[in-house]
Amino acid sequence: MAEATHEAFDPLATGSRGRQFRAKATVYGLLIFFALLYLSPLFIIVMNTFRPLEEITREGFISAPGMLSTEYWIEAWSGFCLGGTCEGVSPYFTNTLLMTVPATILSTAFGVVNGYALSKWRFKYDTWVFGLITMGVFLPAQMTLLPWAYVLGKLGLANTIAGLVLVHTVQGVSFTTLFCRNYFVAVPDDLIKAARIDGAGFWRIFRRIILPLSPPILIVCVIWQFTGIWNEFLYGTVLTSGSNQPITSAIVAFSGSGTGQRYYNVEAAAVIFAALPPLFIYLIGGKYFVRGLTSGAVK
Amino acid sequence: MSSLQITNLRKSYGAVEVLKDINLEAESGEFVALVGPSGCGKSTLLSIIAGLESVTSGEVSIEGAVVNNAAPKDRDIAMVFQSYALYPTMTVRQNMTFGMECRNIDKATQKETVARVAALLQIEPLLNRKPGQLSGGQRQRVAMGRALVRDPKLFLFDEPLSNLDAKLRVEMRSEIKKLHQNVGRTTVYVTHDQIEAMTLATRIAVMHQGVLQQYDTPKAIYETPANVFVAGFMGSPNMNFFDAKIVAQGDQFGVVLEGGDGSVLPMPADRYGALSDGQSVTFGVRPEHFSPAHDLRAERKGGVSVVVPVHVDMDEPTGAETILMVQIAGQDATIVCEPDSAPNPGQDMDFEIDMQKISLFDPESGVRL
Repeated sequence: MAEATHEAFDPLATGSRGRQFRAKATVYGLLIFFALLYLSPLFIIVMNTFRPLEEITREGFISAPGMLSTEYWIEAWSGFCLGGTCEGVSPYFTNTLLMTVPATILSTAFGVVNGYALSKWRFKYDTWVFGLITMGVFLPAQMTLLPWAYVLGKLGLANTIAGLVLVHTVQGVSFTTLFCRNYFVAVPDDLIKAARIDGAGFWRIFRRIILPLSPPILIVCVIWQFTGIWNEFLYGTVLTSGSNQPITSAIVAFSGSGTGQRYYNVEAAAVIFAALPPLFIYLIGGKYFVRGLTSGAVK
Repeated sequence: MSSLQITNLRKSYGAVEVLKDINLEAESGEFVALVGPSGCGKSTLLSIIAGLESVTSGEVSIEGAVVNNAAPKDRDIAMVFQSYALYPTMTVRQNMTFGMECRNIDKATQKETVARVAALLQIEPLLNRKPGQLSGGQRQRVAMGRALVRDPKLFLFDEPLSNLDAKLRVEMRSEIKKLHQNVGRTTVYVTHDQIEAMTLATRIAVMHQGVLQQYDTPKAIYETPANVFVAGFMGSPNMNFFDAKIVAQGDQFGVVLEGGDGSVLPMPADRYGALSDGQSVTFGVRPEHFSPAHDLRAERKGGVSVVVPVHVDMDEPTGAETILMVQIAGQDATIVCEPDSAPNPGQDMDFEIDMQKISLFDPESGVRL
């Protein structure tokens, strides 16, 4: 369909030259100020990863590094002692990766199929089923801790990465089902009817008609799930311990080790490692995230 | 053998009955138009024929086989949707082959069929485009192409032209007619546009509030509508309805318009059957069955006419004809006449009514007398 070809109204480009200048200066000035404000913690942390410990203790946190050294990055990754072992954060990073990737894929896959079935193959009480599934969105994680501990124990998955994958998949299906169902509601029912007359069944319609329309919402689900599961802390801390913990839970040890010296530079590097993947996903996917949440399936 | 047979069909959603005891049958090769205002149940009926809606009671059979519980794909039908329902991520060619792919038809036959249908509809240059890159008329053609590759027992059309602009609609209308003549398959065509129904169909089913009002040829529906609803719905501008009374004069019957000067319009003898003296009737005359009295149009065609005085309130010239809003015996009416002989607004003039073409209805039940 033809795109609307109107030019966006620019309120900053009206009035006298002086007014235009003042308006633009105010808007951009405020934007830059807040951007710097929000970016400053990241900037300070990154700076500290390059500074020797004695420089930090001498000059404080907020100071430019005298020299750039990647030494603390390497130590944080593979040498630092954490939770009884001295292999840095790399094993926990791997744990998180092994938890996040399968849980993201599984919860997205289930969500897409759920959303498709709930929006395009209506059945009796389907709105109740949808309501029950999406109740997970509003359920505080704390409430589900004990039941999950019980279930994982019964399944023999206590203190395992697989157990966390199960927890995050089930918890995530609530969100992905909600996203996908609302997205697919905008797909015209006539498409499904036409395909049924053409002789296609549930899975063929899904594969050939629904999935090709789904990339925007798939991206939303993947970003949401990946960042959510990667950053998740509570389940990891409560349901796993020792070498099976995800990185978010493992680096808590920094604050817990009350004895002796704090290695601010190494800790800063470890925190960056923990935060890098979701940050990266947001940077490359943020545009698609907004687009996917706001666009309809068929333009 | 009839190609489509619908017997005592009923459809309810909960307590709401949307189709009430529908009986309909179409001969092989027939073009049936289901027509009626929105909400009359015509689209539901089409969905039931397609198998997209279930039947509450009654029977649908296609070529002798009851298909009540058959899946849409097993009914050997093809359907064109109002929204066209082209698969947006597939090319035109893939749209057309999708059905054959589902039925496991080999690639060579698929290719051959697409080529044949594309040539028939002149859409060969579009085969590698996506539906989003097509204009409304092109989408319409592709939607028909997707139906045609199937070579089904039954073609179903659900208001296929209502998304097109007026000019294109007329073009595509005659294309559909031509196509039906070429392909010769039984077709069921849903429309709310009575002109489409009149021009395309071999038989028209007029529906209103879930009830089949009349099922007959376009000519019969137009000339002898079964009730006031059919008379008012079919034909544009609408048929005029006058409150009137039957009077007997000796062995002859005539009609007196309520609120008029009491002059009697004598009825043709072949209408006497259902009439009795003093009976109230609704007197229906189509706008085009009026003509200026001095033309003697009805007489020249060997008919009988009566003359009525008319007061013109307003005129609407369309170019080809002029529509007059008039008063006859104090009742509002619409007359269509040639632009050259049209009187000016405010004028009084005598018009004659072609009495062979008039309709009489019972004012209570609305049924034709």
